[in-house]
Amino acid sequence: MIGETPTPTVSALAHQFDDLTQQNEADDLGMWLFLSTELMFFGGLFLAYTVYRRQDEATFAAASQELDLFWGTLNTAILLTSSLTVALATHAAESRQRQQLIGLLTATIGLGSLFVSIKFMEYHQKYVHGLMPLGGLPFHWDGPSPAHAALFFDLYFLMTGVHALHMLIGLVILLVLLVKAIRGGLLGDHAAPVRVTGLYWHFVDVVWVFLFPMLYLIGAR
Amino acid sequence: MTILVAPESAATPSQPRTQQRNYLTDGYSVRSWLLTTDHKRIAILYLLSITFFFLLGGAAVIVVRLDLMTPQADLVQSETYNKLFTAHGVIMVFFFLIPSIPAVLGNFLVPLMVGARDLAFPRLNLLSWYVYMLGELFTLYALLAGGVDTGWTFYAPYSSTYSNTYVMATAVGIFITGFSSILTGLNFIVTIHKMRAPGLTWFRLPLFIWALYATSIIMVLGTPVLAITLLLVGMERLLGIGIFDPRLGGDPILFQHLFWFYSHPAVYIMILPSMGVVSEIIPCYCRKRPFGYAFIGFSSVAIAVFSFLVWGHHLFVSGQSIYAGMVFSMLSYLVAIPSAVKVFNWTASLHKGSISFDTPMLYALGFVGLFTMGGLTGLFVAALAVDVHVHDTYFIVAHFHYIMVGGAVMGYLGGIHFWWPKMTGRIYPEGWARLSAILIFVGFNLTFFPQYILGYLGMPRRYHVYPPEFQVLNVMSSAGASILGMGYFFPLTYLSWSLYFGKRASPNPWRATGLEWQTSSPPPTENFSETPVVLDEAYDYHRFDSLAATEGGGK
Amino acid sequence: MIDDGFRLLPEQASTLAPHVDLLYYFLLGVALFFTVLITVLIIYFSIKYRRGNTRVDRSSRPGHSTLLEIIWMVVPLIFSMGIFGWGATLYFSEYRPPAGAMEIRTVAKQWMWKFQHPNGHREINTLHIPLGQPIKMIMISEDVIHSLYVPAFRVKRDVLPGSYSSCWFEATRTGDFHLFCAEYCGTNHSRMIGRVIVMEPAEYEDWLGGGSAKETPVAAGQRLFEELRCVTCHRPDGATGRCPPLAGLLGREVKLTGGATIIADENYLRESILRPAAKVVEGFQPLMPSYDGQVDEEQLIQLISYIKSLAKP
Repeated sequence: MIGETPTPTVSALAHQFDDLTQQNEADDLGMWLFLSTELMFFGGLFLAYTVYRRQDEATFAAASQELDLFWGTLNTAILLTSSLTVALATHAAESRQRQQLIGLLTATIGLGSLFVSIKFMEYHQKYVHGLMPLGGLPFHWDGPSPAHAALFFDLYFLMTGVHALHMLIGLVILLVLLVKAIRGGLLGDHAAPVRVTGLYWHFVDVVWVFLFPMLYLIGAR
Repeated sequence: MTILVAPESAATPSQPRTQQRNYLTDGYSVRSWLLTTDHKRIAILYLLSITFFFLLGGAAVIVVRLDLMTPQADLVQSETYNKLFTAHGVIMVFFFLIPSIPAVLGNFLVPLMVGARDLAFPRLNLLSWYVYMLGELFTLYALLAGGVDTGWTFYAPYSSTYSNTYVMATAVGIFITGFSSILTGLNFIVTIHKMRAPGLTWFRLPLFIWALYATSIIMVLGTPVLAITLLLVGMERLLGIGIFDPRLGGDPILFQHLFWFYSHPAVYIMILPSMGVVSEIIPCYCRKRPFGYAFIGFSSVAIAVFSFLVWGHHLFVSGQSIYAGMVFSMLSYLVAIPSAVKVFNWTASLHKGSISFDTPMLYALGFVGLFTMGGLTGLFVAALAVDVHVHDTYFIVAHFHYIMVGGAVMGYLGGIHFWWPKMTGRIYPEGWARLSAILIFVGFNLTFFPQYILGYLGMPRRYHVYPPEFQVLNVMSSAGASILGMGYFFPLTYLSWSLYFGKRASPNPWRATGLEWQTSSPPPTENFSETPVVLDEAYDYHRFDSLAATEGGGK
Repeated sequence: MIDDGFRLLPEQASTLAPHVDLLYYFLLGVALFFTVLITVLIIYFSIKYRRGNTRVDRSSRPGHSTLLEIIWMVVPLIFSMGIFGWGATLYFSEYRPPAGAMEIRTVAKQWMWKFQHPNGHREINTLHIPLGQPIKMIMISEDVIHSLYVPAFRVKRDVLPGSYSSCWFEATRTGDFHLFCAEYCGTNHSRMIGRVIVMEPAEYEDWLGGGSAKETPVAAGQRLFEELRCVTCHRPDGATGRCPPLAGLLGREVKLTGGATIIADENYLRESILRPAAKVVEGFQPLMPSYDGQVDEEQLIQLISYIKSLAKP
């Protein structure tokens, strides 16, 4: 999908398609199908979360309170803003506004990097506080069910980790797009890569919109 | 399906051109193969890779069957035995059966059948082969480094905590390979939706396309769940997280739910494409439109949808709630209905046909018979009380081999023979091919029918040593397996032989309808010299034959 | 000894076996009917409509028939719903033990079966049971998943680590029968086999009586209950006010903090000993410490046996 559109020196139309409409529709459908795959991938994690939260809701709520609501909320705001910038970038690419496209892509990359940095800083905090039950690291839990609390943090690291991995992949793709945009590509008929990357970026945002309440907000504060 | 060019008249003039320029002669360098984005060349790459893995998986099971000739452990140690049946299962399921028809015949035929120049995303298609090969490398490494002994089902907590073998490398291999199957499915869905030739409406599509469309839905929606499951097993081994290990608060039954949510639909990834192949072959060798075209097409989609609702029938004795068991049992019976619809329609298609018994037809008829038996024994294992008895016994082994080998592999071989002239431009030797089709059918039944009896008698699966009273049936099964093995060996030999010495094929040697037969054999790189336009229904053999008759008889 | 002659069906040695076999015969009949139907049709059409046969009438070929399609959807549907109901009814009775069944506690591990009779007698890989007495197996695994399988009884149930599972049977024939592990459990999976020996009740009593006096699981549970100081809070009269009463607890519906209710079964007791905070009874504080790691599977079974034995005062 991303790689299917040739560089701007050649025609925007790949040889297997008859016209641009067909190609654009195919690109979009392809990305939507890929997102449905992603949905099922995260679905497995959401199921595991639901099963274990149902087993012991009190412990999950208590463990949730150990997460830092400030950074979580800030990250939500950052990510939602980046969704806006990527949507505007798609518009800029389609309406052939090169400077705007470069600016908006840069903004999206900046916001995305900020999100990932904050996430890793939170991971570090958890490590320092002994709340990282991975690979035999010490885990301190004073509450009644340490094993179940460890499960919460396992799921926290897994779900946000897989999410952060998706963010990093998105950032790499955005960087490639930025280079192309600086070289004068991705405008008008060639905008499809920006559009499908935008779709992907929105999806990663939506996943976070579910992760945030499931992980940060379930504990009464 | 009729296109603007009359069927047979195109054959003669295009004959010399065929030998000059086609996808096979379009570049001979290694690079031209390894960096190709031509769906037909990628299909050939897949054909070679999965044949290699078929031989490897077959070799593993030869030792298993030899060892089972006696009740004691006399050929290999139990540890080795366990690694061998695991290798057989992992290789055959993930590296042979799942890619078999979609990645080989599907890749080759989908663009040809819908009248397109290529799949929607050719580079993604090439990527999927590389991803498959990367997964293959990991799994091969695991096998060579010491093997895995978890069984292809990887049940936790044995796989996640107790087994000391190369579970990680295998899981990574399957995880990666899964993405190749996702990319293939995605490519097919987009191509079928967006790239059909003018006039090729949904109800004019070949039934093979319907079947692959249904298969692709399962690939796209099911495979990621297996991926996340294996990722969790891997994380549990690597980082000691406790999702499936009860010692850490996890639930091993959750693994089974997640695993079968993919792996039950995966059975339909294997069988649906075969059903599609049979739906192509039967009309051609009966010279008539299949009975109930729409019902065969929609039953494929129905099977794909139902396949996602029945995973719990693998858990009848596992400790899931008995009420859940009842729901899953009932839903499992519902999936039997579209399968029955297909069998009845294929049988009815023979009525008033003009039937000839060429090799692909022998495979197709064999498929219908064996699939019927495999499907009907599905009724046994979906019946809760009977399943409690036969669960995890040889009855199950026989049941799923009837579906996966009697069904999927028969369909695959039938399809390979049917489209061999199209893929290679050569005709295989008919006598040898018929002989091996019959050998495979006989050998298959001798191998697996005794296993039904063994299973009801109570012999559990994955048993290295067993009580002596089971020996007679095991010896019968092993004897049948040697015939079956020979049956598989023949096609390998004469198909390779035909590449050099086979008769050259005309564009349409079987006088079949379908767009793929309207271009030369083998097709040119761009598939069609001009975009075909479809004016008629699929499988209009009546019109095809009368047209050929008026033009002086279709050779 | 185990009958090791060649046969096509396993012996019937439980009350359930004839019922399962009857359904099996019915299914065989259905399968045979449809296989023969399809095979005969294929062969008949293949001969009649072979290409060489030019004399046969091929005019007016039907392309489809909605009526036929409906018939061959509805008829199999009716058949299969009948089979479903039949199988489900049997399944239901199969996993619901009758009241008063004799309980045999089973711990499975790689690669052996450990059984304990109600009077405390233990045995490994061989299980002696009396004829005509419903037996309920209460099973747990110490490591991976196993599965208890007695083909002659047509009974199978997975044995899980971390939670109890159960099944029941009533033997109808004396003799020796195979006992298999049916769930793959590692290297010696195929050697995790044993025998079930069905005896006349009187003979069984004699067999049980042999050997030295044993501590019954209930007595052992009571001893543990005191040794672990459970008794300081869970007083026999239930009058400390710090914890809900244990007497008559098993099988009762319990209201939990947060409003949910749960049936107090063996798995609930097990969870409450290992993870007391998970499901706290309404009106009580989560004060109890976890006993995870302090008791092994066999001791847990004994503790639960003791709690089960506490009748309602």
